[in-house]
Amino acid sequence: MIAVSAPTTLVHLSAVDIAIIVFYFALVLAIGLYLRGRSHTGEDFFMAGREMTAWIAGLSFLSANLGSLELMGWAAAAYQYGILAAHWYWIGAIPAMLFLGIVMMPFYYISKTHSVPGYLKLRFGEASRALSAVSFALMTVFMSGINMYSMALVLKVVLGWDINFSIWVSSATVAVYVALGGLRSAIFNEVLQFILIWAGAALIPILGLVEAGGWSNLRLQIARNASAEYTHLWSTLGTFKENPMGIHWTGIIFGLGFIISFGYWTTDFLVVQRVLSAKDLRSAKMAPIIGAAFKMLVPFIVILPGLLGLAVLPMKLTGETAAIASGGHSYNEVLPLMLARYCGPGLLGLGITALIAGFMSGMAGNVSAFTTVWTYDIYRALIKKSESDAHYVSMGRWCTVLGVLISVGTAYLVMSFASIMDYVQALFSFFIAPLYGTVILGMLWKRATSAGGFWGLFAGTVSSISMWAWVKIDPAALRYVALSPNARDMAENMYRALWSWIVCVVVTVVVSYMTKGKSDAELSGLVYGVTAIPHEAAVPIYHRPAFWATVVAVFFVAVNILFW
Amino acid sequence: MREGGISIWFFIGVSLLVNGILIVGAGIWEFFHPPANPVVLFRLHANIWWGALLLIFGLVYCVKFLPGRKT
Repeated sequence: MIAVSAPTTLVHLSAVDIAIIVFYFALVLAIGLYLRGRSHTGEDFFMAGREMTAWIAGLSFLSANLGSLELMGWAAAAYQYGILAAHWYWIGAIPAMLFLGIVMMPFYYISKTHSVPGYLKLRFGEASRALSAVSFALMTVFMSGINMYSMALVLKVVLGWDINFSIWVSSATVAVYVALGGLRSAIFNEVLQFILIWAGAALIPILGLVEAGGWSNLRLQIARNASAEYTHLWSTLGTFKENPMGIHWTGIIFGLGFIISFGYWTTDFLVVQRVLSAKDLRSAKMAPIIGAAFKMLVPFIVILPGLLGLAVLPMKLTGETAAIASGGHSYNEVLPLMLARYCGPGLLGLGITALIAGFMSGMAGNVSAFTTVWTYDIYRALIKKSESDAHYVSMGRWCTVLGVLISVGTAYLVMSFASIMDYVQALFSFFIAPLYGTVILGMLWKRATSAGGFWGLFAGTVSSISMWAWVKIDPAALRYVALSPNARDMAENMYRALWSWIVCVVVTVVVSYMTKGKSDAELSGLVYGVTAIPHEAAVPIYHRPAFWATVVAVFFVAVNILFW
Repeated sequence: MREGGISIWFFIGVSLLVNGILIVGAGIWEFFHPPANPVVLFRLHANIWWGALLLIFGLVYCVKFLPGRKT
């Protein structure tokens, strides 16, 4: 079943490694089969029965985002750009996750919506829902396919596995366990995958720090091999030129911290769906806070191995093109190289299992979110409005298989036209920032009207696409979009998100003042100020989400100061 | 999460237990038959103590969340 490693691969698996990987596949399928009998109704299949504890929902919320490309991509970014990559885990996630838990979750949860487009329907009407649902469904399966192809490529480079073999075995496994058990099965497996990712990856930084002689010695070695700036989080962000990422602190704080991060963590249904499955409002509020606490620790298994690679690896890693030309290793191989450096038989299998688990959790997240949005926000809303619950569950099961097949098709499309990957990733980013503008105004400003919501979302998306096309056609436009001709791709994304969010908000506000809003009674349960949110005065302080959010916020500030 | 069914934590326990047994077994084999090209820090025998850690955690979770057992 497992392809034999070619002599040129990075690592070679022993029998015990293969046994660990095979056992993992058997276990996730067994979980799917076991949960098949517990997914009869739409509420079971699409919302996991809304019975998840805060811990399960929180770990699943994080795991759906913790794909293997995330692990390897950010380890590579840490090798390339230093500790600046940790911004995507800290300021690029923690404030947004806490905001979701404390401020936004009550509205998502009390409205009893099945999805983020579903909330837009309740708040702004059918047109806004249709626009967001169609965009989300398309982008989700495309992203799933791209991730699938990228993962198969990694398995080919690291293990010598055939790309077709990797694509079909992993996608068929995800299709089976999600189609059988629905969201509950996806969530069960995501929690398992989260534990395996930590079990398989945590040993690398531990042994790496032992080899490097501790954090102080690691910093000295990085200063010698690369630059002392590689271990500073903020002090090099005063100008675009002073840091290897070519980014300014305004881009990190306003573009990443306030727009992209809030857009992704509070409105991307891929992650929000996990929290909606919580058993009560307190669990739904706690889940993102638990996720935030663990998110803050993820740089230990992702960023630190990249930094350790700068200190202990005997070879110099380069970009993909240079690596192919020289026959050397690329940045993207830093995590597998570190895995192969420290992990013997058994541990190597567990490490590879962690990478595969990461991929499958990300893919299952995409597929289950796609299934819900397709069934509830497109099929039921626009095509067949009044079928039985059993009909929609059946549609959900078939749609899971269909979503996986479309993803596989996308993977092969990307294989033939590699440049598609850049375009689709850009397309995905077009929608997130304006969607955040629409949702946040919808939740916090009762004067926002249906027309304002729709036209704001539309204008924000169109402006984002226009800015992207402008820079593609005329690269000199970068000085206007990203405020500097020295800005790089990541900086451009940050600023484009910021401008498109501002366009969305301005258009929403202007159009709302020109049109008639809904009454308070119609907005009850959807908007701040007209929604009764249950008080927690009688609950001990250590059971209150606000208390734990404060604890996480204090640690968040501390790590930023510590690595300043 | 577990009423009338198997807890997710039991599945996690099984996973850690089986992986722990396999990794400790591989570590003990390597201890008595050192490889020609050992990994860096081989002298620490990480697969034995890391595997043992997984095994212990796995065992605890399997027992604590055994189907049918009241917690």
